[in-house]
Amino acid sequence: MARRRTSQPTARNLGAETALDLLGTMWRIRRFEERMATLHQRLLVHGLIHLSIGSEGVAAGVCRQLRDDDEIYSGHRAHGHVLAKGAPMDRVMAELMGRSAGLCRGLGGSMHLVDVDHGVMGATGVVGGNLAMAAGGALAAKIAGGDRVTVVFFGDGAVQTGYFAETVNLASLWQLPLILVCENNGMAEFTTRAEHTRVESVCDVVAPYGFDRRTVEGADVQAIWSAFGDYLHSARGGTGPYLLECRTHRRRGHYEGDPLASRNALGDAEWAQLDPIAQLEALAKRRRWIDEDRARALTAEADAEVERAIEFGRASEPLTPAQAAELVYA
Amino acid sequence: MAREIPYIAAVQEAIRLELERDETVLFYGQDVAPSDEDPLVQAFGRDRVRVSPISETAEIGMAVGLALAGYRPIVELLMAEFMLVAMNQVVNEAPRLRYMSGGRVKVPLVLKAGYGFTAGWAGQHTGSIYSMFAGVPGLKVVLPSTPADAKGLMAAAVRDDNPVVYLMHYLLVLEHGDVPEGDYVVPIGEAAVRRPGSDVTIVATGWTVGKALAAAEALAGEGIDAEVIDPRSLQPLDMPAILTSVEKTGRLVLADQATRHASAASIIAAEVAEHGFGSLKAPIKLVTALDATIPYSQPMEAYVLPDEAKIAGAVREVLGTAPVAA
Repeated sequence: MARRRTSQPTARNLGAETALDLLGTMWRIRRFEERMATLHQRLLVHGLIHLSIGSEGVAAGVCRQLRDDDEIYSGHRAHGHVLAKGAPMDRVMAELMGRSAGLCRGLGGSMHLVDVDHGVMGATGVVGGNLAMAAGGALAAKIAGGDRVTVVFFGDGAVQTGYFAETVNLASLWQLPLILVCENNGMAEFTTRAEHTRVESVCDVVAPYGFDRRTVEGADVQAIWSAFGDYLHSARGGTGPYLLECRTHRRRGHYEGDPLASRNALGDAEWAQLDPIAQLEALAKRRRWIDEDRARALTAEADAEVERAIEFGRASEPLTPAQAAELVYA
Repeated sequence: MAREIPYIAAVQEAIRLELERDETVLFYGQDVAPSDEDPLVQAFGRDRVRVSPISETAEIGMAVGLALAGYRPIVELLMAEFMLVAMNQVVNEAPRLRYMSGGRVKVPLVLKAGYGFTAGWAGQHTGSIYSMFAGVPGLKVVLPSTPADAKGLMAAAVRDDNPVVYLMHYLLVLEHGDVPEGDYVVPIGEAAVRRPGSDVTIVATGWTVGKALAAAEALAGEGIDAEVIDPRSLQPLDMPAILTSVEKTGRLVLADQATRHASAASIIAAEVAEHGFGSLKAPIKLVTALDATIPYSQPMEAYVLPDEAKIAGAVREVLGTAPVAA
């Protein structure tokens, strides 16, 4: 039978080692993206960039439980998912700088990151387009008969597309080992969710299909870890789909350079409650998993990795037109 | 050994042989094998042959995901127009992922659909809309006009490492022709000279190949020796074969069932105008469908389509044996 749960204290504790890994992962994403904002402002990175500051907990809580051979599909706001899944930061940075050492040789950019070695199969710029591709990846896993799982990240805006309806129907009809991870930040591009639909919770949209689904707070990394872990365990047995809806907050605008009118202005106290890093750091300190020095060291390590990545990108040249032309057909 | 079978049987034979040859080949789509009694399901199992709901975006999107994961799906789409429902998958996903990933992935899949069914199926089931796909970098587009090509191009499409739009012509499905038995592959991108000739080149695609050959036979009675070339694929397009023929004949007529401004003919005309202008002794003539939605009414349907008489008339014009229309 279908269950519907909302975020609640979980039995599954993270433990010190996992908590440190998640904190380190989130800091890597946060510092990468904060630096990306300034690189973009200084035109060292050109083009269309969407940042995920505020939802790092979803990327970390999900991807850090996956193996390299598990597939993920992402969308236009993909940096966090890709970094958390294991893509090397220097090659992600080089990609955003449009250099040949980038993950996609500088031809894909921020919205189309692919890293097959780490199971990052594709990211699409057309909202919802990744959903069916991920279902295809899950069908491939089912046919192959292993325990590989496919995860697709999407925003609440994608739920109003036809892709979502078609994919959910097929994934449930064929019982695909697909875990749908929705980052519900209440904003679709520049518009609030209330302007797009009367259905408040994404879990309610899929209710008739009867598969397991849960809504958790995106700032509660422990809840994400626990809920996703349950689904992952089940999906490894070849069942699915599952939906994990994470209520997140988009700290920046829709894209870098937009007028930022589409983000909610938050006071420091409110942001601290919605910030997955601040929340997990506080928990880790309460549990004495880390002290202030270790917390500061995690940030410093992330900063140093970002600077090394920028140097790596700068040292690489863009592809030549002839090299790029050869890649149109296999 | 070749034997005579219908075009549709040749398509089905190729799919069956590819499923036998390579276990990563999958076949699914609307109305494909709707029961376990289906011979393909019996032979290959539900995992490899399955019916899908009417969900074109999911069907084609899933094919992309399957291809990225190492499979070679053939998606049955029935009507070319049904691909329009999923243009994001056909245009933005399947052909672009390889390029956007810097060549890190390949997307081998076949989108199989019928087209051109100008037999009273009216405005939304009759289009010759291949140019919409032929203009997309990363896609290949094949248009078999004979039963042998229907088989050989399907085999080639399945084995190709790129997404291929395989368009079978619904007015040709019952046409019989010699088809080789067993493994048979027609390379994608090689035009076929259907009739050698020296006075004029007629390039025709799909259903109009037969119309062009009939026109050439009629013109032979007038002492006109027409060469008929069938490109067989629009992407890649075998321009060297066409330019070689034009160099020989100096005259070019293009027959195409598509609407004029979205025809393969218009692309070929532009290429010849740029690369073969020095060979031309007369202006190029296009014999296409009119820029109109295909009407239901039979006389109107015939009015907007190219036919044998229109092709022959265009040949007489470029040869100066008929008055050029004002």
